[in-house]
Amino acid sequence: MKHLLSTADLDAATATEILDIATEMASVSGREIKKLPTLRGRTVVNLFYEDSTRTRISFEAAAKRLSADVINFSAKGSSVAKGESLKDTAWTLQAMGADAVVIRHPASGAPHRLAGWVSGSVLNAGDGTHEHPTQALLDAYTMRARMGRLDGLHVAIVGDVLHSRVARSNVLLLNTLGAKVTLVGPPTLVPTDLSSAVQVSYDLDAVLPQADVVMMLRVQRERMTDSYFPSAREYSRRYGLDGARLRRMPSHGIVMHPGPMNRGMEITPEVADSPRSTIVEQVTNGVSVRMACLYLLLGGRS
Amino acid sequence: MSVVLIKGARILGGDPVDLVLRDGVIAELGPGLRADGATVVDADGLVALPGLVDLHTHLREPGREDAETVYTGSRAAALGGYTAVCAMANTSPVADTAGVVEQVYRLGQEAGLVDVQPIGAVTIGLAGERLAELGAMADSAARVRVFSDDGHCVSDPRLMRRALEYVKAFDGVIAQHAEEPRLTEGAQMHEGEVSARLGLTGWPAVAEESIIARDVLLAEHVGARLHVCHVSTAGSVEIIRVAKARGVRVTAEVTPHHLLLTHTRAESYDPVYKVNPPLRTDADVTALREGLRDGTIDIVATDHAPHAAEDKECEWAYARPGMLGLETALPIVLDVLGDQWDLIAERMSRAPARIAGLDNHGHDLKVGAPANLTLIDPTARWTVEATGLASLSHNTPYAGMTVPGRIVATFLRGVPTVLDGKVQK
Ligand SMILES: [Zn+2]
Repeated sequence: MKHLLSTADLDAATATEILDIATEMASVSGREIKKLPTLRGRTVVNLFYEDSTRTRISFEAAAKRLSADVINFSAKGSSVAKGESLKDTAWTLQAMGADAVVIRHPASGAPHRLAGWVSGSVLNAGDGTHEHPTQALLDAYTMRARMGRLDGLHVAIVGDVLHSRVARSNVLLLNTLGAKVTLVGPPTLVPTDLSSAVQVSYDLDAVLPQADVVMMLRVQRERMTDSYFPSAREYSRRYGLDGARLRRMPSHGIVMHPGPMNRGMEITPEVADSPRSTIVEQVTNGVSVRMACLYLLLGGRS
Repeated sequence: MSVVLIKGARILGGDPVDLVLRDGVIAELGPGLRADGATVVDADGLVALPGLVDLHTHLREPGREDAETVYTGSRAAALGGYTAVCAMANTSPVADTAGVVEQVYRLGQEAGLVDVQPIGAVTIGLAGERLAELGAMADSAARVRVFSDDGHCVSDPRLMRRALEYVKAFDGVIAQHAEEPRLTEGAQMHEGEVSARLGLTGWPAVAEESIIARDVLLAEHVGARLHVCHVSTAGSVEIIRVAKARGVRVTAEVTPHHLLLTHTRAESYDPVYKVNPPLRTDADVTALREGLRDGTIDIVATDHAPHAAEDKECEWAYARPGMLGLETALPIVLDVLGDQWDLIAERMSRAPARIAGLDNHGHDLKVGAPANLTLIDPTARWTVEATGLASLSHNTPYAGMTVPGRIVATFLRGVPTVLDGKVQK
């Protein structure tokens, strides 16, 4: 594996290998000295065109725990902000000898373009409304840790699927790993032609009793002004997850959210803070999964 | 005036015949002709077509001379077998006054490789608010007859109605870029399963179809001529077919790229495939080909849209839409239609000349006709190379593709503009 641009590039064996390596990495993270020498002398560049402190810190921690040299290249205040093109930036990174570039970008497909211009590995840390592969991998890791399996699990992904890179990466990866996916939301926000392998429902209450996992997506309030739905109140009433809805789920069912949450919009504080919620674990698992990805891309197994 | 003797050309694929071009016209036509002092062109095995006419060309001058000029675009056109091109109005400044259209017209005359017929903007600055001085452009030295805000849709229905009505006074035609702007805000590619997967905002077919449906009704209501630019969907073909059956005076064009390529090209995220309207589905391609064969679609127009490298070598969403077309149009159409030479002449020469009101173009190759023609080697196949094209820009979507049909020679009023595949200026 040279790049990680889309979860569509992962077959079941490779995806499972990443999750297995992440399990080993998690045990390192539990040790007193949380460091492996694996990537000593290798350079990982975090190239972030969007503010996402959470994701950047997670990748930075992952690279540092593998002893890599980390360069944070924020688009803000740099030559990038002064209008340098992605291609020119790619040449700069190339000259710096970057072994891997972790890129977050507001334009879908930017990591694909970058991969054509640098010789190192490219890791997609979220591109526009396209994909966010490491988020899907950490979600799968979290589900497997909690539920013991992925094959045959029923996962409901609820909310603004249309604009969600998390949803896209999850649909592809969960299909590959044998889970059954139902997309839930208002018809304006759920594309019916995303994948032939998923179910689509506009009725959250009907889906909940069969859902082992409910993944709530962040819904931006701006969607209201674009008439995707009439009001935040109506959205919450129809598609928000509150205590009453949580109790419609099977007792073993879990609630996930990729963050950052709109408390009171798609999820109530009661649900977000309940023991059924995996939101904090997802953040912790993110570091282990990203360690596994860097390890595999930069000269580990496969 | 030079004299040219063409030996053994197959007019529209017919039997070999000789032609003598003298004083700008076809002076003689028949077997075994001789002409003293003539430039002799051996056309053995070559097919002769009336010079091609492009109703939709972006030459970028004035304003973006780094992407294309009237001269470089004229070279590309001649190499593609064209003897006339209609230059779109979305330049900088916009061709919305007699002054700008006359400037473009003169630049075309100076280049002297093809007749450059300026298209005038419908509205001032392409802003879609107030009519430009259409009559002044019509009365100018450029004799503008086609008006278009191409790049933008004349979306205001009242303004569109007025424009259609107004140009009747000088037999003008409004060429509409059919795109309901509210349905395509932020749009990046055809809305469908590929856009859903790639996370690129969709450009729905209905945004084109709803405008065409409205416009054919408006044209019918006011009894005016409407031309639809770059038709791209099966639904649009159907609407135009019905309108023609009702007797609406509507004509339509399709581009070579919409006849050949589909939205799956976007999977590479390479903006060389970004174009407006976007590449669509296999079903749309099939319907467009059918419409072109049965006459629902009158012409092939290139929508030749050169862009500087920095506007294409970037993220998809930041790239400008458009692709080169002049030098590859005939090969693509030949690939799509096969060697139906009369049909190709109709769709690429006669009909576009009629729509544009270009009286000296689109004539059958007969004695007395203007000597505007092109010679093609139908058996030659060649591989498109982006840097091998004459255009200043390199944004061809066909790079690396092998296509049939090599344009060997082109003549404008009897003067060779291309000989042996090389521009003569
Ligand atoms: Zn257009």
